[in-house]
Amino acid sequence: MKFSEQFETRFAEMVTHYPTKRSALVPTLLYAQDEIGFLSDEVIEELAQRLSLTDLEVRNVISYYSMLTTKARGKYNVQVCTNIACMLVGGEELLKHCKKKLGVKDKGTTADQMFSLEEVECIGACSWAPAVQVNYDFHENLTPAKLDQVLDSYRKKGTQ
Amino acid sequence: MATLVSHPDEVRVISKRFGQGATNIDRYLELDGYKAVQKAIAMAPDAIISEVKNSGLRGRGGAGFSTGMKWSFVPKESAKPKYVLCNGDESEPGTCKDRLIFEHDPHSIIEGVMIAALAVGAKTGYIYVRGEYRYLLVIMQKALKDAYAKGFLGKNIFGSGRDLDIHWHGGAGAYEVGEESALMESLEGKRGIPRIRPPFPAVVGLWGGPTVINNAETLAAVPHIILGGAEWYSQLGTPKNGGTRLFCLAGNLNKPGVYELPMGYNLKKMVYEVGGGIPNGRKLKAVVPGGSSTPVLLPEEIDVAMDFDSVAKTGSMLGSGGVVVIDDTNCIVKFALRTMKFYKHESCGWCIPCREGTDWLEKTLKRFHSGGGVKKDIDNIYYLSENMLGKTFCPLGDAAAMPTMAFVKKFRKEFEEHLDGKPCPFENVAAGEPVLA
Ligand SMILES: Cc1cc2nc3c(=O)[nH]c(=O)nc-3n(C[C@H](O)[C@H](O)[C@H](O)COP(=O)(O)O)c2cc1C
Ligand code: SF4
Ligand code: FES
Repeated sequence: MKFSEQFETRFAEMVTHYPTKRSALVPTLLYAQDEIGFLSDEVIEELAQRLSLTDLEVRNVISYYSMLTTKARGKYNVQVCTNIACMLVGGEELLKHCKKKLGVKDKGTTADQMFSLEEVECIGACSWAPAVQVNYDFHENLTPAKLDQVLDSYRKKGTQ
Repeated sequence: MATLVSHPDEVRVISKRFGQGATNIDRYLELDGYKAVQKAIAMAPDAIISEVKNSGLRGRGGAGFSTGMKWSFVPKESAKPKYVLCNGDESEPGTCKDRLIFEHDPHSIIEGVMIAALAVGAKTGYIYVRGEYRYLLVIMQKALKDAYAKGFLGKNIFGSGRDLDIHWHGGAGAYEVGEESALMESLEGKRGIPRIRPPFPAVVGLWGGPTVINNAETLAAVPHIILGGAEWYSQLGTPKNGGTRLFCLAGNLNKPGVYELPMGYNLKKMVYEVGGGIPNGRKLKAVVPGGSSTPVLLPEEIDVAMDFDSVAKTGSMLGSGGVVVIDDTNCIVKFALRTMKFYKHESCGWCIPCREGTDWLEKTLKRFHSGGGVKKDIDNIYYLSENMLGKTFCPLGDAAAMPTMAFVKKFRKEFEEHLDGKPCPFENVAAGEPVLA
């Protein structure tokens, strides 16, 4: 299992921050997922071993957190908030629009593996609603037309 | 990057460095940064605690507990190490204020954690940032690194002979982890299942050591209190509700945004003046005053001072600062359903009343909203919620029950309009012309 140098430096530092190694687990899982794309059996085994946990203990944690996944997602994960503040100003329309435009259902991935779609809970952009997060980037005060531009720019970036 | 707004009624304390480049540590120092912590080093721990107590600062995470009081519960002597834990899990729907502090003034949070640590005798602090806020975690990581590089953190801080370490920590998506005991579980590398209380975290917290847990905004207010004094801070607000707070105005408003207003600012003015009123000539239907878990207020109830005690008198709560404004084209049943869908999704499943209650309520509201409701359901929704209240292991159950009971109580007529297979009276409006700002 090979992670980037940056991952290794961060990991080595992180485990010194806590009295128990296990404490580094949640952020480490997310960083590992960012590099590999999802939490594969191999990643789980590796991190379990490093933190002196069983695979099952690691899986048990993974299943609790909504951002962690053991299945591959598209290159860009489009997360549409439909919670109350976004719902009031068109969050649901954005979700519907994405489903149509990408031709996928909630949690689905396009055939070319470019986009995944996910309906999410409040992402902390309520005053700039409706909002969408693509991977970690926030896109706010959206309309379906503006969202089209956003998605197109990712598609362009992704095919380069 | 979230856009900043302003209004003449704002009183800028927490937000005074927003847009000033204060993520840069040298700029932060120019703007009075790290002065408060040096002042605090020269104070006795008890003096810091009484200053914070006298300032009237109350928890900005939602419950409004006196911060100084909370700190005073930490035992002076402890065999196990003590900790300070900053709660930056911000995920109560309607709330987007901690985000701005992390984005524009991360050092004020670090300084707040430092002062809290000095006050309770902790040598280690953690700043927990929700997983979705990756760009803010990056900002915080750099801020911490810069503070270490200047020697503000680590060994012998400011030549005081005291050691203090502060570390970052990141989440991975879970609202429940914002609950203080679940937050500690998450930081210890586990599922976010809450712990039984008592013992309270101030006595038995992280790895069994006494732990102070405060919201990021609460901690960011502390340096200002130490520098400006308790009296100045307390007088910005209303009695027993010191200072200012970041209010997140959201929903159907002309000028949504995060505004820093004095505690006790009138809600009606917040909606019609600061927030610019309701767009498109529509009428106000209701306001959720402090995040999705706070009971909804009717238009005739919003002439209220936004402090913890005044809002409590209306039967609702000041909560997390998320003010969500609903106009008259929206269906309350649908709003109640979306709220419940959230709590059902976030219930950690540990205790039965919450796990089963939120599931039943979501199912009932869904069926009800789509026209499959019978009269008995209305009372059932209320009754189910009422039976969750106070009977769950952590307050998430209450957070789901309280708003639901208010929706039924205040909008029973609207529930009745959905009965007997009738289509939702609002659906066409909602589907036909989405209100986009
Ligand atoms: C379900 C649930 C979620 C919570 N989420 C948060 C949160 O995201 N941020 C926060 O500061 N407090 C949250 N709280 C409140 C915390 O439990 C705790 O009271 C708070 O962090 C204490 O800080 P304060 O006294 O400064 O407000 C939540 C509480 C519950 C019950
Ligand atoms: S009330 Fe809900 S979130 Fe809290 S412990 Fe029970 S099941 Fe978990
Ligand atoms: S409700 Fe959508 S970002 Fe908060």
